Amino acid sequence: MQKYDALIVGGGHNGLVTACYLQRSGLKVAVLEKNGWVGGAATSRELTPGFLYSNCSYVCSLFRPEIMRDLELPKHGLQVIAYEGGAVFTRDGDYLASYRDHDSHRREFARYSKRDAEAYERYARDVTRQCRFIQPLLMRTAPDPFSFRPRDISELLYLAKKFGEFSPHEMAETLRFWTMSISDYLDEYFETDVIKAYLALSGIIGTALGPMSPGTAYVLLHHYMGEVDGSVGAWGYARGGMGAVTQALARSFEAAGGVIRTDAEVSKILARGGRTTGVVLANGDEVRADLVVSSADVKRTFLKLVDEDALPGDFVHRVKHFKMRGSSGKVNIALDSLPEFPALPEGSSCMRGDMHFTDSIERMERAYDDWKDGRWSTDPFLDMVIPTTLDPTMASPGKHFMSCFVQYCPPKVEGRDWTDADRDAFAETVISQIASYSPGFRERIVHMEVRTPREIENEVGLTEGNIFQGELTFDQLLFNRPVPGYAQYRSPIHGLYMCGSSTHPGGGVMGAPGRNAAAEILRDLKRTPEQMSKAHDVI
Amino acid sequence: MNAMTKSAAELRRAARDHIRLPRLETPFHDRLMALSEVNDWYNWAGYKAPHSLFDGELEYFAIRSTAALFDISPMVKYRITGADAERYLNRLTLRDVRKLGVNRVHYTAWCDDHGHVLDDGTLFRLGEQEFRLCCQERHLPWLLDSAFGFSVDIREETEEIAGLALQGPTSHAVLRDAGFVGTEKLKPFDIATFPHEDGTVTISRTGFTGDLGYELFVPRAKALSLWDRLWNAGQEHAIRAIGFGALDQARIETGFIVANADFVTAEGALRADRVRMPDEIGLEWLVDPDKPNFNGRRAILDARRNQTLKHILVGLEIEGNIPAEHALVYHRQKHEAGLVTAAIWSPTAKRNIAIASLERPYGSKFTDDLWVEIYAMRELKYQKMMKRAKIVPRPFVKLARRTATPPGLK
Repeated sequence: MQKYDALIVGGGHNGLVTACYLQRSGLKVAVLEKNGWVGGAATSRELTPGFLYSNCSYVCSLFRPEIMRDLELPKHGLQVIAYEGGAVFTRDGDYLASYRDHDSHRREFARYSKRDAEAYERYARDVTRQCRFIQPLLMRTAPDPFSFRPRDISELLYLAKKFGEFSPHEMAETLRFWTMSISDYLDEYFETDVIKAYLALSGIIGTALGPMSPGTAYVLLHHYMGEVDGSVGAWGYARGGMGAVTQALARSFEAAGGVIRTDAEVSKILARGGRTTGVVLANGDEVRADLVVSSADVKRTFLKLVDEDALPGDFVHRVKHFKMRGSSGKVNIALDSLPEFPALPEGSSCMRGDMHFTDSIERMERAYDDWKDGRWSTDPFLDMVIPTTLDPTMASPGKHFMSCFVQYCPPKVEGRDWTDADRDAFAETVISQIASYSPGFRERIVHMEVRTPREIENEVGLTEGNIFQGELTFDQLLFNRPVPGYAQYRSPIHGLYMCGSSTHPGGGVMGAPGRNAAAEILRDLKRTPEQMSKAHDVI
Repeated sequence: MNAMTKSAAELRRAARDHIRLPRLETPFHDRLMALSEVNDWYNWAGYKAPHSLFDGELEYFAIRSTAALFDISPMVKYRITGADAERYLNRLTLRDVRKLGVNRVHYTAWCDDHGHVLDDGTLFRLGEQEFRLCCQERHLPWLLDSAFGFSVDIREETEEIAGLALQGPTSHAVLRDAGFVGTEKLKPFDIATFPHEDGTVTISRTGFTGDLGYELFVPRAKALSLWDRLWNAGQEHAIRAIGFGALDQARIETGFIVANADFVTAEGALRADRVRMPDEIGLEWLVDPDKPNFNGRRAILDARRNQTLKHILVGLEIEGNIPAEHALVYHRQKHEAGLVTAAIWSPTAKRNIAIASLERPYGSKFTDDLWVEIYAMRELKYQKMMKRAKIVPRPFVKLARRTATPPGLK
């Protein structure tokens, strides 16, 4: 039986980030991954010859540059390429494009409304102001208001000070922003349906809420606070697909002497006398360590891997009620040629960005209505990208990989489990939507990977296939994420920590939960974190 | 689908190709392109605009010695019309619009509810109920939202209207020889219309140079014929086309400020402490507390009464001859007092001048013993200088010919 200083449950990006920092700080660390490959929801797999898919997550912005630098990810092969805007296709055969050039963007909006074109700057300023407030909180452990430790008090004071730098007017704006629906928020700036629909998308992605549900404005912020090389709000492609992020992490980890065990599913986290002693694998092997860090979501960790009687009742109750609802699916498509969208001018840069077909908030809300009824949306909204327009490594020349994020998609179909027939019908809904804007689309399809919440949960392990390991609503953020009193990566069991997206600051391929968790663990071990640089300044 | 919406959709579709030319060309582009010897363009609010056309220094002397033609088409323009236009603009802006006669222009500014300046600009009264507002930044949502309860129509017309500034001692001679009869009667800030082809051109005695000068506005389609008319008449008066570099020198000499260069506009500021009240950027003289209520009034008057104004904009004369662009200003060479926002060696005043934003009480209570720290890059080495600076009134350059009526011809 092997003994490590620390075991990481799950080889997703956060697990690997924690693993890297701990290993580099002198601990002997092993990552235990149930699949035959690492990556979690940030993977690139070749499921059909000649095509690499970004199987789950598909674009990159939130991943913290501090982590890329600390862990030498560029040296281990990570490249992130900024992409170029995008478009929403409208039902009347036109489109609304998004351009990187500021004035082109304004003129494009002006095609629909001169007022909205000029309102965009005000909107961007207000969202950027909110980002500037939230960004410094990402790389800090949320203060625990239940504790009176000096550090928590000083962190609370930091939060209060950040907030105090706001004028009363801005404070009011922040509270509104964190609690409003994205639809109401956008109504305060814009009048055009398609413009609002375009901007609302980030407010509901991955979330089991509609654009008219309170709290969705914050979700938009969560998607806006990333960056590509200092360009805040920009999105990019990881060269080689999102698996390039976790592959670079894995190489960095192994280069530091860490051990990765694939096909090593953890079936139980051992707890004896309130203290963890290691894990049991699905094959019955026991692996011992005084530290176990779970990157699995909080429900999977505490409701499946830990014996309930080892946990306080109220904690279990809270975990059971942590909102982590499946709301999205994914269709990955291998294409033998670049699809045509006749609405777009030839050579349009929109093809190199994200494309959508939902041209009004009302359609989005109707799509959500289907989800509430336990069905996938008959008119879903798609976030569609073709990374191979910029990344030559994912398919051979002329061939393309298309990633379609699809919402809404319920965890169960009208209360029963998904069947293969359901999955195929879901895929057909998606393909027929694309085909109605892109003649000949079906004929180009070489292969498809269709993922409903069932497939995502079974393969990646995300409960209900929720991509954020818990919704990003204000009741589940900061010191309430995932459970009040346990927001600092520690759990009720001594030596068992959490480092996944269920923890502050939440989901997306950000790595911040993994890094913050490592900092807390090292603090408990009274070790100075090696190679953990300070969070970048917001200036 | 009725005929109205169909045509709107068609217009929208027709505009799709804007992306083929991300830097829009102004209505005068063909002439500018032909005259550009150095291909020195910059991005002015999405337009391709010349920074210089042949030689920035020589272009400056066209402003101060002969006649300079500068394309101001990218300037943002709004047309405001309607029964309540005057009352609406009086609520919107700082100065008393009731005192602005028909065919007159005034420089003004407007603020948000907190008294922070959204922009400055010129307001043209083209008729009893007809105005044009020209400015640097875009404000359509603000203008439309402010119109609630007023019978007023607001239209953005930047792309439709072509604008030219004709500035310099021979500018009136150019107009006269171009056949614009009656321009000699125009006093500063007067407007008149003159026939041009089958339409009219609006000429105002205004400008951004502090020199004798005029601004001309025509519909886009008449732009090139207007240019040619001036250009041909200007040949005997040494007319030159100029770029922004030359104009910028002239405007600094005149002490004019530029939005988002000398101050940050309230709608553009990300950082809460960057916004400015009129009194903090030298625009206190625009505020008219005696006129009916206007936006920001209470905040501005409260700040005056409670003495909570934090900044002040001053003109500086700096010893030596090295421009102090973006230099830090110190009090007693020790305490940081502010920042230089614009600075040049003035060829006309033969002085080293600057516009600076200081943090009160520097510039208000402490006006002596000010210094600027200049870092001059000289052959890959900074030469650091601490130079004495003196607060002086603006304009730095005051020319009698700017206001003489009838105007001189040379």
